[in-house]
Amino acid sequence: MALYSEKVMDHFMNPRNVGIIEDADGVGEVGNAKCGDIMKMYLKIDDDVITDVKFETFGCASAIASSSMATELIKGKKVEDAMALTNKAVAEALDGLPDYKMHCSVLAEEAIRAALDDYNSKNKA
Amino acid sequence: MNIYADNAATTKMSEAAIRAMTDCMYNYFGNPSSLYRTGQIAKEKLEEYREEIAKIIGAEPREIIFTSGGSESDNQALLSAAMIGKKKGKMHIISSAFEHHAILHTLKKLEKNGFEVTLLPVHENGIIRVEELNEAIRDDTCLVTIMTANNEIGTIQPIGEIGSLCREKGIIFHTDAVQAVGHIPIDVKAQNIDMLSASAHKFHGAKGVGFLYCRRGIVLSNLIEGGAQERGKRAGTENLPGIASMAASLKQAVENMESDNAHKTIIRDHLIKGLSEIPHSALNGDAQKRLSGNVNFSFEGIEGESLLILLDQKGISASSGSACTSGALDPSHVLLSIGRIHDVAHGSLRLSIGEDITIEEADYIIENVKEVVAYLRSFSPVWRDLVTGKKEFILK
Repeated sequence: MALYSEKVMDHFMNPRNVGIIEDADGVGEVGNAKCGDIMKMYLKIDDDVITDVKFETFGCASAIASSSMATELIKGKKVEDAMALTNKAVAEALDGLPDYKMHCSVLAEEAIRAALDDYNSKNKA
Repeated sequence: MNIYADNAATTKMSEAAIRAMTDCMYNYFGNPSSLYRTGQIAKEKLEEYREEIAKIIGAEPREIIFTSGGSESDNQALLSAAMIGKKKGKMHIISSAFEHHAILHTLKKLEKNGFEVTLLPVHENGIIRVEELNEAIRDDTCLVTIMTANNEIGTIQPIGEIGSLCREKGIIFHTDAVQAVGHIPIDVKAQNIDMLSASAHKFHGAKGVGFLYCRRGIVLSNLIEGGAQERGKRAGTENLPGIASMAASLKQAVENMESDNAHKTIIRDHLIKGLSEIPHSALNGDAQKRLSGNVNFSFEGIEGESLLILLDQKGISASSGSACTSGALDPSHVLLSIGRIHDVAHGSLRLSIGEDITIEEADYIIENVKEVVAYLRSFSPVWRDLVTGKKEFILK
């Protein structure tokens, strides 16, 4: 009967890493309210390793679950490895998303990348 | 607690409807077109149901044809009126911006075939203005189609006034009354309605059955060709058990209409009052001129689908105008038509309550909606931007 997998429901009902990081080393925001999805990611990076990550999401259950899962997948990872995160990996880790919700996993990938880009640009400067 | 608050989507069949339906299945299984006794008994029942339904809306039995439901009735009504117009060289149709897609998509099809369509604005209160209809009428207007009550925000249109204006101008007036039949009084003669669509499952009848009222003298075009059922206007063996359920449920709905509406109005207003306490929220549609069962709110800073799923976890079934609930990109055209911008339209909630709802259940809904909205706002970047003053609130 379920619209979503148990994993999606778990991450939607009990999202991991919710919130903000005041002194984040990288922040990324993607999406817009017009389309109904906005994700914002905050990264704390020490010695090229993502030591902490938090997110805020305005969107449907699968957008919230995708954000939550994406933060879990990159926490403790090296920046380089986090850069390689794909939307497919997010969707697979959630045991799949309905076809018309795949864009939520794309948004999660983009949000992570935007936060990493922000970190990289700050670090180069 | 388990509360079904999505009666605008569909209703639970009434016991009377189920009884009538199974009674029909057991006892009148014949084909009404067959000439032997078993068939003729079925035919008699069919005409009995037709008479009952016609009487309730003030029509003649011969003015009712049975269909598969609201969408089919809407399609047939519009295509028939367009055909009549075309023969007279009249190819302009007036409707409203927030009709059901069964109307809007049929109008699109007619536009592709050379018709011109004017969609009247429905304003912030979700009600068309008759003077604007009057201004929109042209010499080549062949049809006005305006819904009786809106399916998302429940606002009730001035059907009687529209009817007399159209009658005076000699224009066919169709109304999609799918949300209204069995819920508010309808008299096709007094209200000068030429065509009306209805669907049984919106008033506790079975799904897949409805009717189209078409005033005597207006010629219908067939959507379905075949046998001579329904005076040759709708082929196919009649869905007699479904029709039996429709007649029984409509009869009951009309008998209890006054007391049901009185009860639902109290609960509706209680819900509106309670949900209004949520900061930066707004009721969609006129507060008074709306169906007694409809409550529709927008909450700023959240998205409707996640709201629905969390409410479902609490045992509350409701609906939303969010794009995410339909798989479409845009939120509800109804909410956009009353001037809600995308950001706010995504965060909407429709509660359509049934007759058996209690005040305790309404309190449970209020309490949980408040809790869930606050929870979703707690990690919404949109809400953070609003409360930190980065963005301005749309709903004050």
